Amino acid sequence: MKRLLIAGVALATGLAATAGAIADPVDDTLEIDGTPIVTRTAAPEGHPFDEVLSGWLFREAETRDVSRDSFENPGMIAVEDGETLWNTVMGSEGKSCATCHDDAAVSMKGVGASFPKWDADSQKPINVELQINKCLTEQMGAEAIGFNKKGQRELTAYIKHQSLGMPVKLDLSEGEMQSWWDKGKDVYYARTGQLNLACASCHEVAMGKMIRADHLSQGQVNGFPTYRLKSGLTSLHQRFRGCIRDTRAEQPKAFSDDLMALETYVTWRGTGLSVETPAVRQ
Amino acid sequence: MKLTRRNVLGLSVGAAAFTIAGIQARPASAATEATQKSIMDFTGGAEPAAGKVSLTAPEIAENGNTVPVTVSVDSAMEGDDLVASIVVFADGNPNPAVATFHFSEMSGAALATTRIRLAKTQDVIAVAKMKDGSVFMDKKQVKVTIGGCGG
Amino acid sequence: MASKPRIKVPKSASAGEVITIKTLISHEMESGQRKDKEGNPIPRRIINKFTCAFEGATVFECDLDPAISANPYFEFNAKVAQSGTFKFTWVDDDGSVYEAEAPIEVK
Repeated sequence: MKRLLIAGVALATGLAATAGAIADPVDDTLEIDGTPIVTRTAAPEGHPFDEVLSGWLFREAETRDVSRDSFENPGMIAVEDGETLWNTVMGSEGKSCATCHDDAAVSMKGVGASFPKWDADSQKPINVELQINKCLTEQMGAEAIGFNKKGQRELTAYIKHQSLGMPVKLDLSEGEMQSWWDKGKDVYYARTGQLNLACASCHEVAMGKMIRADHLSQGQVNGFPTYRLKSGLTSLHQRFRGCIRDTRAEQPKAFSDDLMALETYVTWRGTGLSVETPAVRQ
Repeated sequence: MKLTRRNVLGLSVGAAAFTIAGIQARPASAATEATQKSIMDFTGGAEPAAGKVSLTAPEIAENGNTVPVTVSVDSAMEGDDLVASIVVFADGNPNPAVATFHFSEMSGAALATTRIRLAKTQDVIAVAKMKDGSVFMDKKQVKVTIGGCGG
Repeated sequence: MASKPRIKVPKSASAGEVITIKTLISHEMESGQRKDKEGNPIPRRIINKFTCAFEGATVFECDLDPAISANPYFEFNAKVAQSGTFKFTWVDDDGSVYEAEAPIEVK
């Protein structure tokens, strides 16, 4: 009844019907080239929702369809570019990624579902982008790749794509992962910027509502790097920074402690969802 | 009727279209001058008839940068029943031209899908030219949405 | 243009069967409508023509305008009578030509 009233008011005033409207996530199932994708599953203990939902369920039919077919997915161009980089010699040691890790389909399977991981050397969580840099500088005699520079998104997408369909699962028992999770939770719930919004304001409290014409999802990260219809292949920290910019706040640096903690916590919030990299979103 | 967002939007669009028709009484084929001129260039001056060609596009595009569209004509693509080409216009873009598809007997079917850019909510127009020179047109309004706080 | 064009053609078909072909190529499709950070117009640079030919005969062609999205995608049909090779060609504003081929066996 409440929805009916809201809709009635919107019609009567001639305002966009999006004001205050709620649209449920769709009842639809995703399979990518025969691989079943979990887009809806029971939330882990301590989660604010009963069910975790992939952002795929919040998109329009045309966008959902592009995700189903790995050929039609423009993000797969980047995955193929990532494969080329994987086999390209970089640095003074004359090594490519493949020199040590051979076939990514075997060696990288599961990586995209289990990062960030604890890195004992730096005493911090490490994500795929930073792990690539660690290999480049410590094993390959190459320079670290700057944020979003020189194929970082492509190589990350290629590595994460090897876990397509595998459920996201972090090991919080390693090192100090639990305390980074706690720190990430603080970041998630901290209101920030001129709009005074926390991540939770949109992706928890207002999840399912419309923000102008945008259908607010749970803000899951199981499909990053993601191909956005708006801007092409988009890395996770790029998306974090974009969201934070939109709250009119100062943006933390990519791979800063705040964003690494946030990545750890938000990845956990998607526990059990399949890796969808490269997902297609609006 | 179950009032979903889409239904509500549909109602609003219906109401808006009714209002516009009531005030301005534009003919069904109305297009901007630039589009109209391009259509005439393509048809050689003939006014396209409705029917035969169909244009499929989403009612609401999630982002105007990448909007899937399909054009098709129900044709045997043999002998005299052959579609020569289909042109697509985006009537509300700074430059309405989008693409021209050329077919042959080896096409097997007069069908093409691509992804296009739409600057705002507008009509997308397809005009098909048959081998015998007859021309047909279809048109769909696509609503281009504005994203969240970032736009 | 580091990326290879992506093409999807069935490996085999029966004579006269209508098959579906999909192509996707990596390209910015710079429309000429945008400005850089200093406010100067960024010159147009798009793929302006796409052709699919089979054994020298044109099957399908498209003239592209700047309103085609980045990474142009096409889906269309073809009907061939005997085995042979499809040749795909994309022509860039700067004169570059990108090509790809795919064989098909007709039974």
